[in-house]
Amino acid sequence: TMASPDDLKFQEFEEATDLLLADPGASTFSMSGSSSTTPAGATGDIKLDMSDDEGQEESSELLRGEKQTSGFWTFAYYQSFFNVDTMQVLDRVKGSVMPLPGRNFIKHTLQSSPDLYGPFWICVTLVFSLAISGNLPQFHRGMVPGVTIAAVVIFLYAWLVPLGVWGFLTWRQREERQQRGYSFLETVCVYGYSLFIYIPTSVLWILPFEWLRWLLILVAMVISGSVLVLTFWPVVCDDTKVTAFATVATIVVLHVLLSIGCKMYFFQTATLTPVPTLAPNHTAAILTNKTH
Amino acid sequence: MAEVEETGKLMFADLSDVSISGDIPVQGEINVPVGTPSQDKEYSTLDEPVKDTILRDLKAVGKKFVHVMYPKKSSALLRDWDLWGPLLLCVTLALMLQGGSVDRKDDGGPQFAEVFVIIWFGSVIITLNSKLLGGTISFFQSLCVLGYCIMPLTVAMVVCRLVLLGGSWGFSFIVRLIVVTASFSWSTFASTAFLADSQPPNRKALVVYPVFLFYFVIGWMILTFSPSA
Repeated sequence: TMASPDDLKFQEFEEATDLLLADPGASTFSMSGSSSTTPAGATGDIKLDMSDDEGQEESSELLRGEKQTSGFWTFAYYQSFFNVDTMQVLDRVKGSVMPLPGRNFIKHTLQSSPDLYGPFWICVTLVFSLAISGNLPQFHRGMVPGVTIAAVVIFLYAWLVPLGVWGFLTWRQREERQQRGYSFLETVCVYGYSLFIYIPTSVLWILPFEWLRWLLILVAMVISGSVLVLTFWPVVCDDTKVTAFATVATIVVLHVLLSIGCKMYFFQTATLTPVPTLAPNHTAAILTNKTH
Repeated sequence: MAEVEETGKLMFADLSDVSISGDIPVQGEINVPVGTPSQDKEYSTLDEPVKDTILRDLKAVGKKFVHVMYPKKSSALLRDWDLWGPLLLCVTLALMLQGGSVDRKDDGGPQFAEVFVIIWFGSVIITLNSKLLGGTISFFQSLCVLGYCIMPLTVAMVVCRLVLLGGSWGFSFIVRLIVVTASFSWSTFASTAFLADSQPPNRKALVVYPVFLFYFVIGWMILTFSPSA
C-alpha cells in the first residue's frame, strides 16, 4: 500500500533525529515547512530560540549534544557556554580530582554539555595561586611579572594542547571512520577541569620541604593525568596500537612538562635565586629564604 | 467572480471623480508631547554655574561612598551609576601602590599602569562573566559597583602606608594583615550585596567567586607592598 505523503515526511524526520543523536556534529537544516505534520512531541524546527531565559534551557534539553545554531557574533552564542549551575560546577570539579577507572570525564561528568566557566576560572585561579605562592618567599619583588608568565603558560596550555589533541583525534576519526570523537569544547573542558588539582598543590608548595613538593607534584600529575587518560583512551583504543599509545603518551608527557616547568619556574630553591641587595629591615626575610 | 469585478468597478468609479492636484496644501497640527512630569525636572544643565554641576556630581559620588560603607539593599548604586568614584579610587590606589621597593635589579612593586590595568581589566572580566551567566545587571552598573567597593581596600592601603612608617615586620605585619583581611572581606561582602540579587539563585556562588578572587588579589598587592628604602 502507498503511504501518504504525510507519513513519509514524518518518518524521514524521525530518521533525521536519530542520525543527529548519533552524530551531533553533523550540520542541521531547519525544515519549518514540515512542522504541521509532526506531532507535538517532536520539534519540526531545529532552530534554537535564543531568547536568554528558560526557553534556552528547554531547547538545550531537546537538543542535547547538538551544536547551538546562533551565530558566533551574538552574545547568546557565548552564553550557551556558561549554562551551568553552582552544583554542576562543583560536581565537575569533584569528578576531576577523583578519577575512577571506567569513568570517562566527558561522558560521565560533563554528560556532553561542556561549559567554559570551569576551565576559564580554574586557569585564572591557577595563574594567581602559582604567582602568589611562588612569590611568597620573596614578595618584595612584586608579583606582576610572575602573573604575566603564569598567565601566558597556563592559558596557552589550556587552549593549544586541547586544540592539538582534538585536531589529531578528529583527523584520525575521520580517516578510520569511527564513532564520533569529542568536540573541541569538550576537549577544552576536560583539560581545564583537569588543572584544578594543581591549585591546592601550588598552595601547599609553599611549605619548604623539597620531598613534600615532589610528592605533591607526583600526586597531582597522577590524578590529573588519569582523568585525561581515562577520557581519551576510549576514543583512541580502536585505532592502531601504536597510534593509541603514542597519543596517550603525548598527552601525559605534555602534562608532566607543564607540572615540572611550573614548579621549577615559580618555586626555585634559594640557591638558584639571585639574592638582591636590600635594606636592613629585609635581612630577616633573606635569612629565612636560605633555609628552603 | 464577475460580481466582484462589478463591485470593484463601482467602488473605484466613485473615486474617479476626485481630482488630485499637486498643490493642495496639507494642513494640520503637529504636536510634540511636552513630556512626562519626570522629564520636566531635568532642566537644561548648560545654564547652571559650573560649581553647581560639580557639587551635584560630588554629592552623588559621596552618597555612593556612604552606601558602600554601610551596604544595605538600596538600589542607589545601581540606578544612578557613575564611574567617577571608581576612577578616583583606582587612581588613588595605583598612586599609592606604585614605586614600592625600588631596586635596580628587580622590577620593584607594581607600576601605576599595571595596577590600573589589573583593576579595570579585572572588573570588565567579572562583569562579562556575570552577564554570560545570565545576570540582569547592566555592564556599567556592574563596573560601578565593583569600582566603588574597592573603597575599603583603598582605606586599608592608606592605613598600611601609615603603619609601614613604623617598620615592615613583626607587629606591623600582623596589623597590616588584619586590616587588609578585614577590608577585603568587607569589599567582597559589599559588592555581593549589590550584585547577587541580579543573578538566578542557583548561580550566585559562580558570580561571587570571581569577585572574591579579584579583591583577594588586590588585597594581596596591598599587603605585600613594601616602600622603597
